Parts: sequence; structure tokens; C-alpha cells
Amino acid sequence: MGAVHKSYQEINEKIRAGKAVVVTAEEMVGIVREKGTRQAAQQVDVVTTGTFAPMCSSGVFINFGHTDPPIKAGKVWLNDVPAYGGLAAVDLYLGATEPAFDDPLNKIKPGTFEYGGGHVIHDLVSGKPVRLRAEAYGTDCYPNRKVEMTVTLNDLPYAVLCNPRNAYQNYNCAVNLSARTIYTYMGALKPRMGNANYSTSGQLSPLLNDPYYRTTGLGTRIFLGGAQGFVVWHGSQHNPAVRRLANGVPRAPAGTLMVLGDLKAMLPRWLMGVSMQGYGCSLAVGIGVPIPILDEEMAAFTGVSDEDIVTQVKDYSFTQSEPLGEVSYAQLRSGAILVNGREVTTVPLSSYVRAKEIANILKDWIQSGSFLLGEPQHFFPTVQRGEPEENMSDEVIVDFEKPPLA
Amino acid sequence: MLARMLVLRFSREIVDKPIITNLVRNYNLTFNILKAQIYPRKEGMVVLELRGNRDDFHAGVQYLKDIGVVVESIAQAIRRDEEKCYQCGACTAICPTGALHIQRPEMCVLFESERCSACELCVKACPSRAMIVTFDKNIAMD
Repeated sequence: MGAVHKSYQEINEKIRAGKAVVVTAEEMVGIVREKGTRQAAQQVDVVTTGTFAPMCSSGVFINFGHTDPPIKAGKVWLNDVPAYGGLAAVDLYLGATEPAFDDPLNKIKPGTFEYGGGHVIHDLVSGKPVRLRAEAYGTDCYPNRKVEMTVTLNDLPYAVLCNPRNAYQNYNCAVNLSARTIYTYMGALKPRMGNANYSTSGQLSPLLNDPYYRTTGLGTRIFLGGAQGFVVWHGSQHNPAVRRLANGVPRAPAGTLMVLGDLKAMLPRWLMGVSMQGYGCSLAVGIGVPIPILDEEMAAFTGVSDEDIVTQVKDYSFTQSEPLGEVSYAQLRSGAILVNGREVTTVPLSSYVRAKEIANILKDWIQSGSFLLGEPQHFFPTVQRGEPEENMSDEVIVDFEKPPLA
Repeated sequence: MLARMLVLRFSREIVDKPIITNLVRNYNLTFNILKAQIYPRKEGMVVLELRGNRDDFHAGVQYLKDIGVVVESIAQAIRRDEEKCYQCGACTAICPTGALHIQRPEMCVLFESERCSACELCVKACPSRAMIVTFDKNIAMD
């Protein structure tokens, strides 16, 4: 038997004919183990992935329709959560982490951040009425200075979820070396390594199954928030040049995706407003990326299991900047890891149960012929296979690298 | 042997009576109080684990009811909103009794209310606010 080569067109023809073989990334592990990459590539056409976790770099573009008299909205609030109005007249962007204007924040630590942008997005998708207020300085063409109205997602002429950084390819495992509990975007971390929190779906995670972004690019059709959406660019902080394992999987946070989709088609189950104690508001986003098995290499990539994926254990208390060790996702999922000879309980922030549900929904969509693969029209920055280690950055990009001002 | 986590609510008329002492002395029960509070209108609320042999336990609970104490299981006071819970596992970091725990390898997050000590730490630790505690909302007894 010769080498396997499949095109997007061939796979889409199979999907249209209801003959495509689709498996989840979890199922692919066993198939590759049992049959090898060659046979797996021949048999399987598409592998579906999934992830469901708080993704802070998320938000929605909204146009709320012209008012009478018209307004060039400068300051806008949705359920008292400020949105950005520095766009055309009635366009706005609402970010997931924006708290309500009167939120007490961390004045009494840890703040609870009960309601923010992510919650507004969830309420909109749930069909709930949302109070919209806008203020303007007034112009000859837009004389109105103030509007207040109640809107639902149905009423809005336009609402597009547009998330500049989602689906991080791998992420740190967070611990706290200090003597007090700290409250981070990685959850509450108990003192002296009381717990180790992690947040990817491991073997089900989209970019851990496509380590060099070979099939994930501009135009890749995906599951986004319960509907069909698209990958539109690489995300902010996308950094392919991190140290990798022999299987190509980055050992630390690397690639990211910018994704986009019609909010009106999405479901509240897959866009949940979240409150991270002491940190802020966010939005838990459900994403699933289908990976076409074009050849044997893609079968090998999608065959990775939690044993084959590692991440770095990082201190989030600014006590130590170097990683404390490297652990596999199999160890993380087992419930405890060893760090410096000590057993530390592991805590997931990413829902494996929901990630699996997404991978299965996407599988059903493709099998039923209602979801065709989008062929990337542009590819994202990547590195060569087997790039020498010295060309790779040791730097682990996290949302903060420098200690905060005292 | 029977052990149950209970929420007891006392009206202002009986809040100063030695009721728990009577459970020990007359019904041969042991207890472990996890939370006790007296509200501004003098009603009281106690969360305790009550332990003893089956007959004694039921007689003790009957005694409580007879003198006007409202007895609830902890499951009536602490619930999980299954729509909101998306099964991440963040709560398992802080749950001191393991009432919230992960079933492996499926990674389902389970809540066993029988093991809950009503510390309420999970309420604010849950990102989607799926844990519902109704202690304070149910204090009105008159």
C-alpha cells in the first residue's frame, strides 16, 4: 500500500455522501495505538477535538441599530457593564472581562466579580432582555446625547462573537509557593503548593492535536459556542517557537487562535459567564476544531494521548520564576502530581466532560453531513519539524511576567 | 449506626433551651457542630452532624420536631444547579470534606451532599456560581 494522501475536497465529498469516518481525538488515541499511523490515516478522515474553559480574550461586536433622533454612542453600558463605543455610531465591542461599572472589584479581597461582560454575553445568548444605555457628546448629524433601551439578542441587527485569543495550545500548571492563599486567573491557589491547577483538555485540545497548525488556519470551520464559527487569524501572543517534544507538542503555552462566529446562532450552554474569585469576570467558551487526516503525519499528530503531552509547573506567587518541573497530562488527570518530591493535588479548570461533549457534537455534525471542512486560505506562523532547541525560546509567556508593583 | 448532616432552625421561643445537651443525655447521640448562628430576630440556626444508633437517632429527631425545631437535611439547604455547573473541577480545590470530588477517569465532578459540611467555600470558588446555599434566605420562622 502506498502513502496516504487525502485532499480537503475528497474528505468533503465523503462527508456529503455520508461516508466520512469521524472519530474524536480521544478515540483516535486507541486507533493509532492499535493499528499504527498508516492504517489509521487510511481509515479515519476527520478527528474532532474540543475544549471548554474560561477564555478571557473574548467578546462580541454589536450594532444596536439607529435611534430616532440618531446617536453616535460614545459611552455604552449593557446591564451596567461598560462596552467600548469608539467605533461608528451604534457599533460597540463588549469584552468578557469587563466588570459592572459599580463592582467593588478587589476593594475587599478577594473580590467576587459577580457580573461582567461574559455574563452579559451569556444573558444575550439565553434570550434575556438586556438594558442598554448610551451617552454621546452630540453632533449635527447625530444630535441625540442619551438613549436607554431594553434589547434582546433577537432585536439586535448584528452580534458577532470575535475572540482575539482562544484555545491556547497548552497552558501552565499553576501552584503557589508563598505562605498565603492567592486568587489568580488559574483559580484559588492554596499556600505552600496546596493545589496545582491546570486548564486544558489535554488529548482533546484542538491545537495539541495539530501542533504545527498544518490544518488550522484562516477559514477553518469550527464548533464555536454551540454553532458553526471560523478560525480567522492566529491569536494574540501566538508563539510557535517554544521547546517541543519529539512528537511536535509544545512543552509550554504556544499557539493561539482568533475565532469568530454569529452570536445569534450560539447557545447559552457553550458560552457561560464566569466569576474568578479575586481575579475578575470572564467567559467560558466551547470550541471544537475538526482535523482532517490528510496523511500519516496528521494521524500521528491526532493520536497523541495525555501521556504524550506535558506542561510546566509554574509558581504564581512571584516567589520563583523558573518552572518547578514538567508533568504530563496523564499525571495531571490522575489527581496528583509530584513537585520537588511532594505530592500535590491537581485541580482542572477546563471541563474535560464538556470538551468531550463538544468533540462528540462536532463528530455528529460531520457524520450527518451538516458540517463541511473549511480549507485554510492562509496559514499561521509556525516552526519547522525538529527545529533545534537553541532556536526555541525558553520564555514561557503568561499574562504577567513581571512582579506587580507593591 | 446512623450519621447525618442536619440543619436545625430554632424559633426565638426555644433558642435559649439546652436542646443539643438533651440529645446527648436523653437519646445517647453524639454531635459535631459545624456552624451555629443567632439572627437579629433571635431565631437560631445550627448545622451539625448527628450520630447514633438508628432508633436513638430517629427518637432524637422526633424530639427536635416535637419541641418545634425545624429539621432539614443538608441537601435541602445546599444544592448544585446542574444547568450552571459545567463540570470543571475548580471547587475540588477548596472543598474540605471531599463532598465535591472528581470521578476518574471520566472527570465528572460529583457532589455528595451527605459529605458536605456547609462551609460554603465552594459558593465563591465556583466560576459559574452553580452552588446554591439557602441558609440565610430561610431564616424567617414567624
